[in-house]
Amino acid sequence: MPSAHANASGMGGMRAAGDLVARLELTRGMRLTQAKEYVAERLGVEPATLSDPIAMADVRAELGLARIVTFEATYPDEPNAIEAKFNISDLLGIPINCVERFKKRTGRVTAADSGVETGRVTRP
Amino acid sequence: MEPMIATRMGDGAQVAMTRSEIRRELEEGTQAGAKRAKVPPLDSAELDHLLDLYASSSRFTGVDVGEEVVLTYDGSGSKTVGSRMQDLQIYEQMFGADTVELGTADYSFKAVKPILGYEAQTMHDAQLGLTVPLNYGAMPNLGLYSKPDGPAPNWSELLPLVRIDEARAAQEEAIEYAVSDMVQVADAMWEAGADGLDFDTAGAAGDADFLATLKAVEIIRERYPDMGIEVGMAGEFVLGMHGELTYDGVRLAGLWPKEQMELAAKAGATIFGPAVTVNTGRSCAWNVARALTIVKPCSDAAVIPTHMNVGMGVGAVPMSNYAPVDAVSRASRACVDILRLDGL
Repeated sequence: MPSAHANASGMGGMRAAGDLVARLELTRGMRLTQAKEYVAERLGVEPATLSDPIAMADVRAELGLARIVTFEATYPDEPNAIEAKFNISDLLGIPINCVERFKKRTGRVTAADSGVETGRVTRP
Repeated sequence: MEPMIATRMGDGAQVAMTRSEIRRELEEGTQAGAKRAKVPPLDSAELDHLLDLYASSSRFTGVDVGEEVVLTYDGSGSKTVGSRMQDLQIYEQMFGADTVELGTADYSFKAVKPILGYEAQTMHDAQLGLTVPLNYGAMPNLGLYSKPDGPAPNWSELLPLVRIDEARAAQEEAIEYAVSDMVQVADAMWEAGADGLDFDTAGAAGDADFLATLKAVEIIRERYPDMGIEVGMAGEFVLGMHGELTYDGVRLAGLWPKEQMELAAKAGATIFGPAVTVNTGRSCAWNVARALTIVKPCSDAAVIPTHMNVGMGVGAVPMSNYAPVDAVSRASRACVDILRLDGL
């Protein structure tokens, strides 16, 4: 069932920009259209491109946002997982909890220290 | 004579219907939903579109290019195939999930609390190896707080004995235990690095279950402004097992998806998941028309992202362990096309 939904209607997660759009919905409460426009602007693409894996693969590689590893292609020299999430946090301008924890636990400057606006979720 | 078209029942069984019969199923489904929830039925254009989907002979269908939505998956880190981390990676890497979720097999907040340290450690470690957002999910499952599983008297036993006041008091007692557990789990998961929390099947034990969820969400939102909070419902209607509980002045018993969403948003949720259960004795076409009719007022009025539940036995997906892709893809597309949702 997960694969059926993914193929029928999903943005494709890391295959494209679905995970990025999801972050805006999940942690900022943005509606889909608004979240797509926000991410598209940050990535310098059109919103319709966000679900295109061909276009987004190049964008993710260029910006260090991690790409899905396949049998045919691996990217050991590119940011992945927690590394990529640092870049995602900076690119989207939103704190990512595990990134902030990583910074704090390794003695680095956190978003709160840097004055990055947090707590943008507001109740209607 | 009209040609027969292969379609499915709500339990996944394949049946043959004519195009006219499928149209009739859709019309009856939307009327059933409209009557039940006291909402408008789908209009003829919407029914025509659903007819095109459900009368098609295609094995698979999908939304138009560019109309894709965010898919939030529950139960994607439950140790089904490999280790829990491997399951999460399978969803991230192979299914292209937009978000994934860590959860335990005993998927209730009460059951998580005794093993919270281990769950939090797993969350911490998993976040280091994943790129997509990772939530922690569990069910409020208020019934677990009643005897013999929990400390509160069992209201399911008291109600048939017409000991109403005692039954209500028992539920009110259980609410406090549940809220405490849910907040404690949220505290640990946020500290561990979670992106969000998913309250799955909220309202499963009725209005008290839903109230416990809303109260927990309110506290968690106050503590963690950046936490993602997803509230997914158990069914289309909040049962009045207590009958007199309110949140923000609104009585919870009898609420439908639109009102459920409004309260979830007020409490501080960032994603709301309406659920409409499948009638296995009716066709998928009937079920999808009914489900969309009931949820449409919610999606039209949405103030936070709405992710319809389209899993096993909900949202017109057949109640089957091996949901056929023809039925799943039709339900997936129908929800997106008609409801203009933010996700599934």
